[in-house]
Amino acid sequence: MPRRITYRDAVREALDEEIARDPMVVVMGEEVAQYNGAYKVTQGLWDKWGDKRLVDTPISEAGFIGMGIGASMLGVRPVMELMFWSFYTVAWDQIVNNGAMVRYMSGGKINCPIVIRGPANGGTSVGATHSHTPENIMANFPGMKCVCPSNAYDAKGLMKAAIRDNDPVMFMESTKLYGEEWDVPSNDELPNGELFIPLGLADVKREGTDISLIAHGKAVITCLEAARILEEEHGISAEVVDLRSIRPLDEETILNSVAKTHRAVYVEENKPFCGIGAQIAYMIQERIFDELDAPVQRVCSLDAPAIYSPPLEAIQLPTAEVVVAKALGIC
Amino acid sequence: MALAKDPTPNPAASPINQKLTADDKIELYRKMVRVRRFEQVSLQHYQAGRMGGFLHLYIGQESVAIGCASLMGANDHMITAYRDHAHALGVGMSMNECMAELFGKATGCSKGKGGSMHYFAPDKNYWGGHGIVAGQTPLGLGLAYGLKFRGLKGAAMCFLGDGAVNQGAFHESLNLAALWDLPVIYIIENNGYSMGTSQERSSAYGKCLAERAEGYGMAWDHCLGENLYEVRARVGAALDRAHNESKPTLMEISTYRWEGHSVADANKMKYRTKDEVERFQRDHDPIQVWKAVLIAEGVATEADLKKIDREAQAEADASAEFAKASPYPEPESIFEDVYWETDNKTEASEIGRHFFND
Repeated sequence: MPRRITYRDAVREALDEEIARDPMVVVMGEEVAQYNGAYKVTQGLWDKWGDKRLVDTPISEAGFIGMGIGASMLGVRPVMELMFWSFYTVAWDQIVNNGAMVRYMSGGKINCPIVIRGPANGGTSVGATHSHTPENIMANFPGMKCVCPSNAYDAKGLMKAAIRDNDPVMFMESTKLYGEEWDVPSNDELPNGELFIPLGLADVKREGTDISLIAHGKAVITCLEAARILEEEHGISAEVVDLRSIRPLDEETILNSVAKTHRAVYVEENKPFCGIGAQIAYMIQERIFDELDAPVQRVCSLDAPAIYSPPLEAIQLPTAEVVVAKALGIC
Repeated sequence: MALAKDPTPNPAASPINQKLTADDKIELYRKMVRVRRFEQVSLQHYQAGRMGGFLHLYIGQESVAIGCASLMGANDHMITAYRDHAHALGVGMSMNECMAELFGKATGCSKGKGGSMHYFAPDKNYWGGHGIVAGQTPLGLGLAYGLKFRGLKGAAMCFLGDGAVNQGAFHESLNLAALWDLPVIYIIENNGYSMGTSQERSSAYGKCLAERAEGYGMAWDHCLGENLYEVRARVGAALDRAHNESKPTLMEISTYRWEGHSVADANKMKYRTKDEVERFQRDHDPIQVWKAVLIAEGVATEADLKKIDREAQAEADASAEFAKASPYPEPESIFEDVYWETDNKTEASEIGRHFFND
């Protein structure tokens, strides 16, 4: 039986292993140490590693994120938790003007090996302020990298790559996935002794021939469910492509898939305007226009601030049924 | 300028100043004069249209940056806002690289990618040069955090203007500095005006701005900036606190800028009086104050100092010639210095697309 662990455990294992590997790694954020993490991602790490490696911060995102960026300039490798990625707005000046741009403005004299991580998702009835999904905003800034793992296996491997990366990496998780389990081999089952997934590599989560459902983060799970329905109820073979990393972006895997299926739907929990799907749709038509048998379609969050009311929020976010309907429209 | 703390009775006699040799004192004069001549020459070329953007001149405040830079040991660091030329020259950056940066040339300290507000020299423990008011204050904290994390006995001197004290990031930084006993010294260079708004019109305060440290249980001090001895004595005490106790300090140093907020400040003679500006130029010029000290102490003659002045002028003029003659960056360099991984052509940089030009 392969080992099954939760998404939450996978992120924690990556943090634990990187703390052990590199004495410069420090995990910092609100309630990450003594409280064991608001979402228990860091549970047990403070007991194991103590005050130097697990640091509780005050509720002071601009201050502590900026501090982490400053420390990273001196060679510390901070992994900063935002309790919700939604709070990036409070630290935005530090993230964008200092984290993303200090290397450029210094002519390459400085680099910021920092990871900023936390959950970025809707669907939990916490209202618009706590439901932001800013991956498109992060990816808009050269100098930053952005990663959105859809499952425990990818979350562990990508987190290890993010921590070892010498540029600022924005790492977006999902509270909806934290408790879900996936097969994640233990290190002694792996040929290299560890699970490491480079940034910039997409992954085909399901092979198919008729249409490509392309997504990142939790929307990948929605696409897998849609693909099952398409197969079982409509006899359509859908391929599911998981970007995993938004920037750097694996264009080849996307293009290879669409060149094979000739149809594409981009699915994301972000809003449509200037979302990731907009970039991908542009890229597909620009690079392989002749391969397309239909216009590239998108399924996004409905274009309004995240609504609180639970049954309405459930339909504001992409559902497998909407993805199926969109796919049927071009198949 | 009313001070919230008493001036040092005889700053020249303080141990840190007693350590200065005659040559050291002359070098401090040279450094201040170099800053002034550099900036005066940069102003001429700015007005001649040879550089873009903003130019925030430091003229009148030279003793603060030069005094502080003169205190730096191997593990002491400096970071400031956009009025950053003096700090850069103070830590030992060359006029050539600084002037070329203003001209937007490839030979500039940031390869023409930063401009006036964004000078950096990490090899000299100088971390910029930051454009957003108070945006550098959490970074300064991070430098102090990094020092403490790595077990190094050092300090981060983080400069800010009097206009920065009302930004949230600064207050968050003060809280963290005091909470975690970080060896950071926040130095408010109070020149009286946040752009065109006077301290009285922008800040609520009791005796002074640094007094706000009381709310965080943090040590603070307030002194006059025109005399190098005083700057060194007072900031030296804060450095001792950082080095020996790992405690932060909030310093306020009263100073005055002769020019506008930037050269583009059209109202520089409207929000303050001509008399006020002339009074500072006549009675509180840090270079003249230091010159008088050197002559009174018999360390240098008028002729010695004039020679230094001429040399600084020649160096500044030569730096402008260097900048003019230097090439602009190549278009391909637009994509350099964005990501460490792509610059270093690492294995990771070969995976996935990093730049999205059509």
